[in-house]
Order: sequence, then structure tokens, then C-alpha cells
Amino acid sequence: MSTLASRRLVLLGLAVALCVSAAWSLTVGTIALPLQTIVAAIIDFDGSREHLIAATVRFPRLLAGLIAGSAFAVAGAIMQAVTNNPLASPGILGINAGAALAIVVALSVVDGGAAGVYVWCAFAGAAAAAIVVYAVGSAGRGGATPLKLALAGAILSAFVGSLTTAILIFDTASLDVVRVWSIGSVEGRSLATIMAIAPYGLVGLAGALLLRGQIATLSLGPEIAAQLGQNLAVWRLAAAAIVVLLAGGAVALTGPIGFVGLFVPHAARLIVGTDYRWIIPASALGGAFVVVFCDALLRAVLPDRDVPVGIAMALIGAPFFIHLARSRTARRPL
Amino acid sequence: MPSDPALSARGASIGYRDRAVIDGLDLNVPRGAFTALIGPNGSGKSTLLRALARLQSLSSGQILLDGRALATIGPREAARRVGILFQGASAPEGMTVSELVQEGRYPHRSLFGRWNRADEAACARALRLTKLEALADRPLDTLSGGQRQRAFVAMVLAQETGILLLDEPTTYLDLPHQLDILELAGALVREEGTTVVAAIHDINQAARYAAHLIVLKDGAVVTAGPPDAIVTPALIEEVFAVKAMVVPSPVDGRPLILPLTRAEREDS
Repeated sequence: MSTLASRRLVLLGLAVALCVSAAWSLTVGTIALPLQTIVAAIIDFDGSREHLIAATVRFPRLLAGLIAGSAFAVAGAIMQAVTNNPLASPGILGINAGAALAIVVALSVVDGGAAGVYVWCAFAGAAAAAIVVYAVGSAGRGGATPLKLALAGAILSAFVGSLTTAILIFDTASLDVVRVWSIGSVEGRSLATIMAIAPYGLVGLAGALLLRGQIATLSLGPEIAAQLGQNLAVWRLAAAAIVVLLAGGAVALTGPIGFVGLFVPHAARLIVGTDYRWIIPASALGGAFVVVFCDALLRAVLPDRDVPVGIAMALIGAPFFIHLARSRTARRPL
Repeated sequence: MPSDPALSARGASIGYRDRAVIDGLDLNVPRGAFTALIGPNGSGKSTLLRALARLQSLSSGQILLDGRALATIGPREAARRVGILFQGASAPEGMTVSELVQEGRYPHRSLFGRWNRADEAACARALRLTKLEALADRPLDTLSGGQRQRAFVAMVLAQETGILLLDEPTTYLDLPHQLDILELAGALVREEGTTVVAAIHDINQAARYAAHLIVLKDGAVVTAGPPDAIVTPALIEEVFAVKAMVVPSPVDGRPLILPLTRAEREDS
């Protein structure tokens, strides 16, 4: 089988897995809903309790998981490509923490504003964090090495995270709303919130897919990209704008679900190879699949407790990050 | 010297901070010929090649590509007309030869770049010229140094540029692979009319393969011309601070440099 055919098959397999786990996620929860009820709620809504649960709880939850999972994973893939840095992701480089702080500040200043306002705060926070981490990480000798960027991101995340916690401690009113959100959860999003934020995420995803060829060329490193005639400043800026749209939008939607942006692109690279023309679509499908599947699994195993999916991602992602950092540093210094 | 050089520099200066690497340099690169750039380390060869490929901006003066100021030509158009091979180029881990070669088509593709038949043909030709067809699906990190160097040459060939700049293409290679690269460059000049400029350490190889030499020292051109007209013991001593004998090669009559040992220097 040719590489092209096998790569298409991988994307098809991911799409099928995503559809199956999406359907499953609609059926599991505090009350199990059979698939027929879900289908009936779509085509013939009768206002019953089951149909109401499907329409106001399960569907929004699925949509939030789909969009945020794709957005975090694609943002991570783009960051790894553009910085030539295997450790890059919106979580590790502090983008998520910046967006989260901006939202918490906005929530504590203007209570009960619209989701359409918060998402712009998230973009501003994400962009500010990206600029700070890049400036700090590239200062000094050797420029922006992978490990220096990751360290700058970790420091910024810790600092910004304490600010976020401090605001939450003094502002008990928003604490309850934000506590679950700050670890990353797809629970309890209203359809209105999702509809206000989803367009930004979808624009980001469409941009990433359209520009995947440019991102692939950027991933060759500045030297080769420049010799091939790529305008580095323009395309790096476009890539950064897409990352801010994706990560900021996803944080506004579900809170910072960490590690999806780190390990999904790596898994995609293992399966489809080093070409970002394939890694980006594979990450979009894979990120949505991982988040939706893990969220459904948590509800199936622990139906009485709503465990935020961000916790499951951290349990999978943290050991992976350690493995990655160790294996990379063993081969060459970062 | 042909009247219409492919590339030329007019009073070009390049400085990093306060130090001038290239200072008021003038040169002409003859069209459709093999030009070798020779000079000691630190004479500015790499910097000059980067500037000729529009990858290094000048602090003053200008570079002309087909008589037009290179700075006014966009990066993509420049990359369609001038290709450059860096020494020690590296690509992402796990990338295959054919994936790298396909990236060479970047300057020819539109914004969202559909792959077309011209792209396919250019890549096939690049793989054929570099004899890499059998290795096309191999990851670069599984190849030998010489094969990997040929893969980067293939990427630059896929750009289908009329001008090819090679920055020490033979460094780190063993003799047969050095000759492979030089023969390939020579064949491109003879058969396709490509203009080649190569920075070459080995003066004998430079004199053997190039029709035109440009000799660089401290960021300025010392002299330029056909090897047999310019290579003399005085030039070698002036540029490299090495006493040498220059004899015509028994093979082709081109100048052959024989550096003298200390004992021979003291004798003469």
C-alpha cells in the first residue's frame, strides 16, 4: 500500500473512532440514554426529560469536547512545527495559563458578562503569554532552545496560575463557577456559550488546515524555509495568530485542558510521519477523539461523580512529557 | 568575462555589529559556467554566498541578479532563480528523502499549493541526477553522510533554479563522494547551462573543475579569472600565507599546487 493510501486510511480510521465515541458519549452519564432516545431527540423532539437531557446536557458537552480537543491538539502541533520544539504545547508554553488568568480577571471585574466578551479576553491573555514566553525563552545565549522555552513557559504558568488562584480565593462568588473550569472540564457548558465561542475555534481550525503546507515548510527550520523563499515573518505571525485563536478559544470554552496539545501531535507523528500536512488533520481528529472518549469513559466508570476530563488528560500526559523530555535530552542537549 | 553576468556585486558591504565581514566587494559571476570561490577560513565565502542567495542583507552596495537589484526581488521569486546548498544542513528527524526533495518545490507552488505534474517531474529529475531513486523512501537519519548531502543537493535541484550556490559542498565527505558532487555540478553546467558558484577548500579541485576562480581574502576579492591565468605561487602566498610550487597538471594542463615542506622552503 502506498504511503498516501495508508495515511488516508489512518485519517478515516480516526474519523470512525471519533464518530463511535461521540455516539457513545451521548448515551453515558448519570442516566443512561439508549441511542434510539438520542436519535429521537434529534429528529422528533418531544420535550420529555430524556430528550431535554440529550439536548441541553449531552449535546453541548459533546460539542465542547470536540472543539476543545481539536483546538488544543492542533495548536500544539503548530507550536511544535514552528518552534522546531518537541516539548511545545499551549499548556507547557503558558498560553493556556495566560488565557485562563485573563478570563478569571474578566469574570471578577464584570460579573456575568457574555461568553463572546470572555473569549476576547482569552485571546488577549494567550497572545500576551506567548509574547512573554518567547521574549524570556529567547533571551541570552543560544536563542530560543526547546528547553529554555519550556522553562520560561513553566515559570510563567506557575506565576500566572498563582495569580489566578489568588483572585479566586478573594472572590468567592466566582470561585465555585471557575474551580472546576480551571482544571479543564467539558461539563455544564450551555449551548449559547458554545455557539458564542465555537466560530473562533472553527476559524482557527480551518486556517490551520488551509495553511498546513506553509506550516510544514516552517517545520523544516528557519534556515531551509528561508532558502526555499518562505517569508518567515509573515507565516510565523499567521501561525501564532491561529494558535491564539485555537488555544484562547478552547480555554474560554472548557478551561485549560493540559497535555492534549502535547501528546496528540506526537502520537499523530508516530502514525502518519513527519509531514505536517498530515499531522495537522490527524491531530484535529485525534484530539477530539481523545477528549470525547476520555470524558465518556470517566462518566461510564464513575457515573456519580463528575470528574473533569482535564484530570484524565494530566494522568495520561504527565508521564508522557517526562518520557519525552528524558529521551530527547539523552540524545542531544535541548 | 561575458558581458552579462548572472550575478554581480557592486560595492557590497556586510557587517555584523561593528565588524565588516565583506567590505566594498565587487564581483561578476559568469553565466552558465562553473565558478569556484576560494580563500582562507574567515575570508567571507559563506557570508558572500548567503548574500548572493538573498539570505543576508547588505549594509551598503547591492547585488544584481540578471542586472536587477536582488533586494527588490521577493523571496519566493529569488528562490525560483537562485538555489543554495548550506554546509551541514539538517532536517527534522524521521523525514524521508522524497519528502525533503518535494519541499524544494515550495517557491513554485501557489499559496495553498496543489501538487502538479511539473512538481512530480522536477522531483523525479532531482532524484535521478543525484542517484537517490532507490533511497527515496528512506528516512534521512538512516543515510550515510554522503547520501544525506546528496539528498539536500536533490532538494535544491528540485527548485529548478538557473543558478546554484554551493557552500563547501565537499567538506566532511570522503574522496569519491567529493568527486560525485563536483561531477554533478560540472554536468549541470555542461548539459543544462546552469550557473554554479561553489566555495571549495581544495585549490586543486577548484582549479580542476571550475572555469572561473574568485579569490577572496578578508572580505574582498583579491583577483578573479580562469585558473591557469591567475593561480601563481605569489597568489598562494599572498592569500593563504603558504609557499607552494605551481605546475601544470599532466592531465589537463590546469595549475596544480604543491605546497612546500619546511625543508624545501629553507632550501629555496
